[in-house]
Amino acid sequence: MTTPPKAQTVPAGTPTKITQGSPTKGGIGESTLRPDGTLKVTGEFAYSSDMWHEDMLWGQTLRSTVAHAEIVSIDTSEALATSGVYAVMTYDDLPAEMKNYGLEIQDTPVLAHGKVRHHGEPVAIVAADHPETARRAAAKIKIEYRELPLITDEASATAPDAVLVHEGRDDHHIGHVPHPNIVHRQPIIRGDADEAAKRADVIVTGDYTFGMQDQAFLGPESGLAVPSEDGGVELYVATQWLHSDLGQIAPVLGLPEEKVRMTLSGVGGAFGGREDISMQIHACLLALRTGKPVKIVYNRFESFFGHVHRHPAKLHYEHGATKDGKLTHMKCRIVLDGGAYASASPAVVGNASSLSVGPYVVEDVDIEAIALYTNNPPCGAMRGFGAVQACFAYEAQMDKLAAKLDMDPVEFRQLNAMEQGTLLPTGQSCDSPAPVAELLRLVKSRPLPPEQQWLAAGSEGTSVDVRALPGGLSNTTHGEGVVRGVGYAVGLKNVGFSEGFDDYSTARVRMEVINGEPVATVHTAMAEVGQGGVTVHAQIARTELGVNQVTIHPADTRVGSAGSTSASRQTYVTGGAVKNSCEAVREKVLELGRTKFGTYHPAWATAELLLEGGKVVTDGGEVLADLADVLEDEAIDIELEWRHRPTEAFDLRTGQGNGHVQYSFAAHRAVVEVDTELGLVKVIELACAQDVGKALNPLSVLGQIQGGTLQGMGVAVMEEIIVDPKTAKVRNPSFTDYLLPTILDTPTIPVDVLELADENAPYGLRGIGEAPTLSSTPAVLAAIRNATGLELNRTPVRPEHLTGA
Amino acid sequence: MDFLRPASWEEALAAKAEHPTAVPIAGGTDVMVEINFDHRRPEYLLDLNRIGELSEWEVGQESVRLGASVPYSSIMEHLRAELPGLALASHTVASPQIRNRGGVGGNLGTASPAGDAHPALLAADCEVEAESVRGTRLIPIDAFYTGVKRNALEPDELIRAVHIRKADGPQQYSKVGTRNAMVIAVCAFGIALHPETRTVRTGIGSAAPTPVRAKAAEDFLNAALEEGGFWENGKIITPAIAKQFAALASGACNPIDDVRGTAKYRRHAVGIMARRTLGWTWEQYRGAGRTLEGAA
Repeated sequence: MTTPPKAQTVPAGTPTKITQGSPTKGGIGESTLRPDGTLKVTGEFAYSSDMWHEDMLWGQTLRSTVAHAEIVSIDTSEALATSGVYAVMTYDDLPAEMKNYGLEIQDTPVLAHGKVRHHGEPVAIVAADHPETARRAAAKIKIEYRELPLITDEASATAPDAVLVHEGRDDHHIGHVPHPNIVHRQPIIRGDADEAAKRADVIVTGDYTFGMQDQAFLGPESGLAVPSEDGGVELYVATQWLHSDLGQIAPVLGLPEEKVRMTLSGVGGAFGGREDISMQIHACLLALRTGKPVKIVYNRFESFFGHVHRHPAKLHYEHGATKDGKLTHMKCRIVLDGGAYASASPAVVGNASSLSVGPYVVEDVDIEAIALYTNNPPCGAMRGFGAVQACFAYEAQMDKLAAKLDMDPVEFRQLNAMEQGTLLPTGQSCDSPAPVAELLRLVKSRPLPPEQQWLAAGSEGTSVDVRALPGGLSNTTHGEGVVRGVGYAVGLKNVGFSEGFDDYSTARVRMEVINGEPVATVHTAMAEVGQGGVTVHAQIARTELGVNQVTIHPADTRVGSAGSTSASRQTYVTGGAVKNSCEAVREKVLELGRTKFGTYHPAWATAELLLEGGKVVTDGGEVLADLADVLEDEAIDIELEWRHRPTEAFDLRTGQGNGHVQYSFAAHRAVVEVDTELGLVKVIELACAQDVGKALNPLSVLGQIQGGTLQGMGVAVMEEIIVDPKTAKVRNPSFTDYLLPTILDTPTIPVDVLELADENAPYGLRGIGEAPTLSSTPAVLAAIRNATGLELNRTPVRPEHLTGA
Repeated sequence: MDFLRPASWEEALAAKAEHPTAVPIAGGTDVMVEINFDHRRPEYLLDLNRIGELSEWEVGQESVRLGASVPYSSIMEHLRAELPGLALASHTVASPQIRNRGGVGGNLGTASPAGDAHPALLAADCEVEAESVRGTRLIPIDAFYTGVKRNALEPDELIRAVHIRKADGPQQYSKVGTRNAMVIAVCAFGIALHPETRTVRTGIGSAAPTPVRAKAAEDFLNAALEEGGFWENGKIITPAIAKQFAALASGACNPIDDVRGTAKYRRHAVGIMARRTLGWTWEQYRGAGRTLEGAA
């Protein structure tokens, strides 16, 4: 094993802003630098795909070439006979009774069983001594398919004679869905929308379409499985939630969980796309079969088939408002395409429905969200998780209403903005700050970027800087046809796992003296996927334990679950767990101190004691003892689980229930230049304002907001997986044709951060990672509509939508 | 797969004669993608990287002899005055890393309709210097593209250089992609004014099975400019002429619907680019001030 993840010592860095009066450097509120930052920028960071083991084999997956078919036969003989091939496995070779996996519903076969349900479904796996040998051997496996009718949309899924994507469903949603090709349905009924509609002076309706976005993380799926002497397996993998993987991997291997030891390896981004199992089980199966270490690395092409995508959606909305601009009611129907397997679809439905009204006060609502089973690519978690699709639609509606009422779109939103104490459609009260109107004010009050910057950039007026124009370096306009547009949007996202899920995290914190210095070690199973959790954990430990040196232990399954690095929850929940364990360690330290030194100073018994700068001090600042003297050669080591406030399931008929943990808000103003003749768009500026409760690391907060903003912009103007409706096959599984914004497409992103504490959360913090992804997309769309006068009910916008050509 | 590494041009020609199926590789920005995706698995790869002269260029009286492997970044840096259209096209090629590796020889060898250099080469007018052990010939660019990803090379021939007519007037290049940089063409348009011959030449990319010239548009414009005495009087081209030129350029397209764009959009966009690039080059010809060369 050459590259086991190493413990990281997190540098304290240079404090840029101190909001906590702690003399311990590098505590919360400071922009301490990421331990992985320099390594990633210089190309030295070891990603999961960089792992190597002596004598290892390479695994390869053979995937279906058709979207829906019975498997008539599989012939692996030629592949097996290939020199250098150690194993070929199909469904028939699976070792355990359990042959499926899944986040909530175990409907996904480890290898296809008699049938494939989507293009790119794994059918067979091969291990060989060289990746190219494995690839060629896989290509020699002969599979005979008998194609089945395709289910590709709601009409084909729910037709009276529709083929069932999954026959014999026995999951806990089947009892309440209207058709077996619907994974889950969540209605929310509050008040009387029909009655309230009678009070409306204006009513607007719209049908909206949201395209399939990919997480497009840069580090493709990869990992290394090493068989161990006790018959178990060590798995090094890039994932978002080690323990969730573990719970799905062990049963299909036929092993108890303690024999599957998982360690997080370098993760190159996630955005939801690593919540589901990809190569984990396949690598373990091949390693256990061959008795050799097996590495699997997807290439970019395979990665597009190796993880779930954002649900594409069709949304129908109706809103009403009175003459004076007050919303009367909202009705909506959201149809999410979950693709062939359930993945996170039920939870995405819960989010889409419960957040469908957005950050507005609407008392009378009639809401329905469903997710379909189809033969399209499976869809699941992605940053924004159901709330993104809804926000795109309700924000378009807000602009339509404002236009119809001849009101300013920002003022109209502010007039209807929710605030602390507002009841959401689920009946849940928002019991922490909800500065929706203020966030809109902040983005609106910024000065607009200068006009015609392509002229200003040229020297002495002799040249046009095409980089400031739509089309950029492609040199398509020097100003001709270019029209500026401005648009606004605001969004509402939940934080943490909802609907009664036991969303806990675990942290083990150890404190000891090494070389005369007190050192804290933080051990969690938290997946660091780029969000900066390891930085924040060290900051929390410094603040709570008053030490300068903090070691972050590699994340593995030798400590309890940290839950998922998703739902904007990790700083809240695992951060909360680290804080909680640190507090327990601190109590032990003080107990030890009192035992040793209590008689020397009365303050040990009477004062509020803190750990600061390596010392025990009173709240008055008096030093009582060095931590090194208190601890001596004793180590304090505590592992504790920590939970946020519990939530409840939504009622299956009315959608009522305190389903969410916390809410998160962001607003955007987009300024775009549109070449109206060619239909090309340049986003000039995307100003964002967000309430973060408390910025534990202001630099990381900025990074999250800017990154989320850009990911939202991507699906406004370019990012889309295109699935052929006739074949249900993916047409653009490459970065040649799945376009991500480049730095030249990236607008300036000025950010206003509010820190209004949520009293229920650790340090008052609010989960931040997703909210900016919501409002960015509709703000860009609103700006393009503003520039072109077109209705644009679909995202992403393509040039032909703007030119009518 | 055998990897042939000739040390000289003569050795390369001999190798190609011996193994006519050998695929030449220089920058590898196209061939390696094809191999990595397993779209092709040639029996032989013929590595041209040891042949230094392929990365050199000579500026002559009439034309530039551009070595097949001269990277796009060099064209942008050193040949903007002589080959302004190709320099602009080079700037739209992929990323800086790719521009440091890829060259015009690769674009011609692959002959994809989406190759960024083609419209600029067609508009500037050039000849491809093809050579084999049998000898050298100059293939006019108009006769070079023979079908989708097919060209006029014989199996034993290699591209040694391209003889591109030096600019005698303004040239422009535009490309539509759905991203502001690093994007494959949805369609592209090149234009070159040739005041010496009082002609205008054009090139269209990604809007037909091969790169093509908008011949009817050129003929119309050449006649209209002659008739109106525009070359002499330097007057603004009338909107009616520009519009007709754009419509004819659009009509020269024979595009398809694909994942990157619709045929209808491609025709539309080529027309817009034709009208705009004609305006930019004509303004420059009239000496109205701005160079309008973009940021390339």
